[in-house]
Order: sequence, then structure tokens, then C-alpha cells
Amino acid sequence: MALLEFTNKGIYCPPADVYIDPWRPVRKALITHGHADHSRWGHQHYLCTHSAAPVIRYRLGNVNLSTVKFGEQTTINGVKFSFHPAGHIVGSAQIRVEHKGEVWVASGDYKVAPDGLSEPFEPVRCHTFITESTFGLPVYRWKPQDTVFAEINDWWRQNQEQGKVSVLAAYALGKAQRLLHGIDAEIGPIFTHGAIEKTTQVMRKQGLKLPETRRIIQQHKSKDFEGSLVLATPSATGSNWMRRFKSASVGIASGWMALRGTRRRRAADRGFVLSDHADWNELNEAIEATGAERVAVTHGYTNLFARWLREECGLDAWEAETEYEGESLDKDDGEDTENEKDA
Amino acid sequence: MRTFANLYTRLDQTTKTNAKVAELARFFDQANDEDRLWTVAILSHRRPKRTVNTTLLRHWAAELAGIPLWLFEESYHVVGDLSEAIALTLPKARSSNEAGLTYWIEYIKALDKLEEGEKKQRVTDAWMQMDYTERLVFNKLIMGGFRIGISQKLMVRALAQSTAIDENTLAHRIMGDWTPDKTTFEDLILTKDPLEDVSKPYPFYLAYALEESPDDLGLPEDWIAERKWDGIRGQLIVRKGELFVWSRGEELVTDKFPEYHPLADLLPNGTVIDGEILPYKDGQPLTFNDLQTRIGRKNVTKKILEKAPVVLVAYDLLEWEGQDIRERPMEERRALLEQLLEQTETHGVLMLSERVNFSTWQDLEPERQNARQYHSEGLMLKHKGSPYRSGRKKGDWWKWKVDPLTIDAVMIYAQRGHGRRANLYTDFTFAVWDDKQLVPFTKAYSGLTDKEFREITSWVRRNTIDRFGPVRSVEPAHVFEIAFEGIRKSSRHKSGVALRFPRISRWRKDKPLKEANTLEDLHQLLKLYEEGG
Repeated sequence: MALLEFTNKGIYCPPADVYIDPWRPVRKALITHGHADHSRWGHQHYLCTHSAAPVIRYRLGNVNLSTVKFGEQTTINGVKFSFHPAGHIVGSAQIRVEHKGEVWVASGDYKVAPDGLSEPFEPVRCHTFITESTFGLPVYRWKPQDTVFAEINDWWRQNQEQGKVSVLAAYALGKAQRLLHGIDAEIGPIFTHGAIEKTTQVMRKQGLKLPETRRIIQQHKSKDFEGSLVLATPSATGSNWMRRFKSASVGIASGWMALRGTRRRRAADRGFVLSDHADWNELNEAIEATGAERVAVTHGYTNLFARWLREECGLDAWEAETEYEGESLDKDDGEDTENEKDA
Repeated sequence: MRTFANLYTRLDQTTKTNAKVAELARFFDQANDEDRLWTVAILSHRRPKRTVNTTLLRHWAAELAGIPLWLFEESYHVVGDLSEAIALTLPKARSSNEAGLTYWIEYIKALDKLEEGEKKQRVTDAWMQMDYTERLVFNKLIMGGFRIGISQKLMVRALAQSTAIDENTLAHRIMGDWTPDKTTFEDLILTKDPLEDVSKPYPFYLAYALEESPDDLGLPEDWIAERKWDGIRGQLIVRKGELFVWSRGEELVTDKFPEYHPLADLLPNGTVIDGEILPYKDGQPLTFNDLQTRIGRKNVTKKILEKAPVVLVAYDLLEWEGQDIRERPMEERRALLEQLLEQTETHGVLMLSERVNFSTWQDLEPERQNARQYHSEGLMLKHKGSPYRSGRKKGDWWKWKVDPLTIDAVMIYAQRGHGRRANLYTDFTFAVWDDKQLVPFTKAYSGLTDKEFREITSWVRRNTIDRFGPVRSVEPAHVFEIAFEGIRKSSRHKSGVALRFPRISRWRKDKPLKEANTLEDLHQLLKLYEEGG
């Protein structure tokens, strides 16, 4: 029996009788982070890191939730579990599972380059590593985030000069706060879509230092937005919600913006290549750093990335079926509709 | 290349025409003459010849990136554009290079005579001195297909802004048989009198399609109607005893049509006629298919000349006695044309495009609907007072096409699109019923909105039966109306027919699967409308 199994409810640990990021209701769930495809409603008991908890509580309401520190060990039925930074969003973790000398790591979603806000990714040695593959093709390689933020700042300034509002689409949880943290808030006022403001408030309360933002309300007039940057959810930028701005330039911050075709299809004025998922190089570095001989590849370009690991890296890699979604452009953070990718 | 690559980035970052034109005009202001001339050449489809084939480029890129070829190919499929896939995959540059556009074009041209190994060395050297956008542009220069949302028309507009020369004059100057090797920016754009070049054609005046009824066009007596012939639009030039024939695609096709060669002696010097190159035999037009087969051949053999001889159906007179008469009213030009044709015995090679008589717009409706009987595509409506304009312009000329033929068909295969639609299923194969079997008969891709493509893509992913490379066979469930311009027999297709210009006209969500059309319906259409029948 494997230490972790992919079942129709989630990633299951038989000796401990617990699940990691399950997608059907279970008795006990260990949660890597608060995005909707990893942290679902309906489990009897939840376990996550201290810093992931506020958002999960805010989204799921009054659930039975326990928290642990990063690195702290919890033993369930003789199986040792510990949470280690995944660098994806604040509080996000890889979950290390150890039983009778065998070690597995379920990494959820992760990125390797530090974003200055999330606890930086730490490689964890293991025998079997479960990796995502959202951007598991060699065409996806990120620029340093400082370069991207400089591009965003320039775009914002340029829009200001042309009398346009800068509307930037991003996930309400994670990407929006990373943007707030990284952009130059001196350039002008920052407004937020309601969904983003709420998550941001939750994260401010847990001690994150983020620039001042103003939530957009009905009473705002178009001139209130002059010279401002507006953080909006991806779905809002394609809706009537946009009518409140007289003249706007729409940008999207997402890893998918690396492809010109996707950028053009979204009819955005500007695409900024910024992702909270590992790029091609990071995926490969991360896997190598674990020292794992076996790799289960989940959500993303699963078949291609697994084949690469098998044929070119000499690893025992296979595709694992899950219901995780990675980074999507058609949803706000995990709730609905199809994914951009298809592999 | 940096400047040109920056231009590319800025053009790519806006969808607004005026902003694109302004960016290009600014580039023209700043670039040197060589780079300006090459930019005009590239944006008017005068690319340097391809000196490296794409298979080699794929191999080299994969090797340089340290990935197996299969992974590169899969990545390319996801990206949808080879130039971009290569630019995204290559490792970081080792150095940079400040050379301009012309330098790199010469560099690419010089690859032609080299051995494969040397080509590889030169191309990879170039790549390793370039950033992402420079590589993208460089690859596009090698491979062609340089689409950046700047049509020739917009390029001319930008050039006009930069040089303060009138757009029509510029449009004319950049026509014809030139390449940047044989001329200079100064000569071609700034000073040249277009008529010095005896082969130089005028820009074609192209009509927009009339979507509504012609009632809004005003008084019928101000207009003339002609048949819209289904051949190749061409321009026939006789100057200084020489004959030149240009196709609408600005290709010099004189050699392809020896039938016209005697006209060099029959027509007076300084004559330019706009017309349709039409295959025509025994007093009636043949099909476009006949013409296409003929053009595809390398040599024009005697057999071909017998099988599909061409005539020129003359629409308009652009130059007369060496004078550019495009500004004179249509009616006047047409009178001169009629007079010319009356006086010249061309043994049927040059025919007048006859007027279709009418006194009310209603008179024309049946003429349009009957267009297929004449092997024509519908009618052309032209204002009697109209000048001969450059390019596609609204207002004075309209094409009023016959309604397309349609058939309701079932989608059975789906394939991902390219470029902008690389991750969407946009290319479909359709079938009709033959008893209880579905027989595929056509592919079609355009015609749905992006929203509909997203909807069908999501459905395809959930209802795939089988995969063959990029193609998926899907559950037969959706009926689409397919519109097309013509139908003919084909032994190459299982269904026995081939369609011309098939496209999706709408998604028949209202139609149950069983009510899609049958193979017999298709053969009925073949009987009624067969091209060349």
C-alpha cells in the first residue's frame, strides 16, 4: 500500500486515514492553502498553517479548523505530518508525510522565487514528490518580479498621462496582494473591487503591510478614479462593472500572458507575465532539490511533464488525476468554468 | 533590430488603429532610409525569400534549449506560432547586437547559399545575441507570415503622416515590381514618378459587401450594375509596346496568360484596363476551379490552353493615352472603355463587362438570386460619378453577392486552432446522414464568436471519444449550419463532393441531431448547382 493514494475524494493517506486537499467531503482534511480548489467546503475537520487559517475561515465560515506552525510535527496514527512553505501565497504549504522511514511530500501549488510576501519556498527531501505542472512546458519562464513590477508601474504612469484609469485584473486571493505589495503606491490612488478588498482586509489583519486601498462603491463618480490603479477580479473586467470608468486601459497579471495568443484572445490592452506558480525552470529545480526518485504529476500539462521527467530526468514519474485547477483566466480563484489549459 | 522590435511590441500592445498608425509613423520619422524601405517592403508583402526551412529551425531551437524535439513540438502546438515558440524556448542571450533591421535582413538573405552546418551556426549565433522580441521578429523575418495588425493600407497611412505625401500617391508608388535591393527610399517613395516604371500597376479599387438591401443607396439611375465574375481580378497594362498583367495580389502574372500577349500590339500604348481574368469557353464562363487548376501548373501547356482558355472581362479604364484618368467619373471612363473595345478587334480575348439593366432596385433582386446560372457570384453596383479609388473603400462601389448555399451538418471531429485561438477548438469536421451513418463531407472553422468557441471547446473536452494527435473525435451531438459558395464532384472525398468556402454560419442549438441534412440532400445541391456542370 502506498503512503499516499489518489482516490476519487482526494489525496488519501491510508495509515492515518486523512486526506490532503480533498475535493469531496471527508472526515479530516489537511489543507495546503486557501484557494477554492484546494480548500473546499464540507469536511468535518481541517488542519492548516497559522497564516493560511484567516483566509480559510473567512471563506468557509465557522468550520472546525486547527492550525500548526511551519515545521511543526503532528502525529496521526503513527504517521508524522509537517507543513513547509510552498511560496505560492501567504500561508501556503507543502505537506510532508513520513511513515516507517518513507517520506512523501504533497506540494499543492508552489513557486520557488520569493515574492516578498509569502513565506519563501523550502525544498523538502523526500522519496516521492507530488508536483503540480500548471506551467510545465519550456515556453513558460518568468522574468524577475521586479522587472514585471517596473512594467506595471510604467503602464500605470503612462495611462495617467493619457487620462486613463489603469484596471488590472488579478485573483482576489494571493495575486492581488502580491501586486499591492510590489507596485509603486506613490504613483497614485489605488482602488479595489469588493471581493479583493475583503480578502485584503483579512490579510492586513494578520499583519501584512499593504498600501492603502479604497473599495469601489456605487457612489464613486468616474472622476474619482482619475489617475488611479484599480485592482479587479478577472470576471469583473469583462462585465458591466467596467462602465464606471470613462476611459480605461485593462491589464491582466497572469502566467498565461506569456503567450501572445492568450493575451490577444482576452482582449486586454496589456498582459503582465506574473504567476504564483512555478515556471519550467523552477519546477525542475524544485523536483531535483527534493532528491525524490518518484514524482506524481498533478494539474497542468501532466502527461507531457511526466514524460519529460521519465525520459529525460530518469525519474519514476506518472500522471495523477486530481480536481485541482492551477491558474485559470476564466474564474476568479477556483470556483467555476473551464481552465485555459488543455494538455 | 532593437528599434524595429520595439515597434513590434508597441504595435502588439494596442488594438486601436490610430495608435498603431501613429507608432508606425513615429518609426518612419526616426529610422534610417534603408530600414524605412525594408519596413515598407515587409508590410507590403515583399519579404525576403525563405532561406531556411522550418523543420531545421525547430531542430536547432530544441537542441539549443536542451529539450527533446517532441517536447518542443508539443510546446509549439500550445503556443500556436512557431516564431514565438522558438523565442520563448531559447536560453538567455549571451550578448546583444545593436545592428538594425536591414543588417539582419541581409544576414538572413546571405544564408541562402550556405551549407546546412553553416546555416545552423549563423542562425544560432544570431539567436544568442537577441532578446525575446528581437528573436520573435527575426524568426518571423525568416519564416514570413509577418502579421502585426498593420495592413498595407495602414502602412501607407503612416507613411503619409511621416512624409507628408498624399496617401493615394504613395499607394501608387509602392505598387509593382520593386524590391529594396533595386531601389532606394528616396527613389521609390520620395521622388519617383510612378509612370516612369512602365510595368507599374495602379492600386486596385475594392468594394465592400452590401449587407442590406440597396434601397439606401439612393436613386437607381445614378448607378450601374454588372455581374460579379468569379475569376481573378487583374490589371492589364500596355505601355511602350510592352504588356503586363497584374493580379490583385500584386503578382506579375503576364507569363501565365499567353492569351493576352497579342494585346501588346492591338491596344494603344498608355492603356490600363481593370478586369477579371476569367476562364471562358464556347460562349460561357468556366468555373473558378478550372482557373485554379491552371494557375497551379508550372508551365502553361497547349492542353491547358485548350481546356481552360481565359478572357479578360473589362470593368474599367484607368489609363488612357498615357493619362491617369482615375479621377474622372465612372461613367466617363466606361464610355471610353466601350469605345476602345468597339474599335479594337481582340478576337474575343477582351470582353466588355456588360451592364445589367434595371430601373428599380427590385428589378435587380432576381438578377442577384440567379447569379449562379451565369457562374457569377452576384452583382456589382457602382456609382456613375465615382472616381477609381485605391484599396477597399466604402460608398461608391458595392458587391452584392448571391446568398450562400447552406446545409445543416453534425460536428464529428474537432481540432485546436492556431495563433490567437491556439488553446480553443476551432477547426471542425462536419458530417451528414447517410441512412444511420454519419459521412464527413467538409471542414470549416470560421464563423463562431469567441464566446461560442469557448463554449464548444469546453464541451469538446468533456465529450471526446478518441484522440488522433491534435484531432479529437467527439460525440455526435451538435448541429451547425454550414454556408458555402459552390459545390462540385470530388473523387477524393468519401462524400463525393467538395465545397467552396465552407464556413459555419450558425450553431443550430434548436435542431435535433436527427434533423441534420442527408447525403442525398447534398447530392441534390450538387445536381442543381454543380460548378462547371
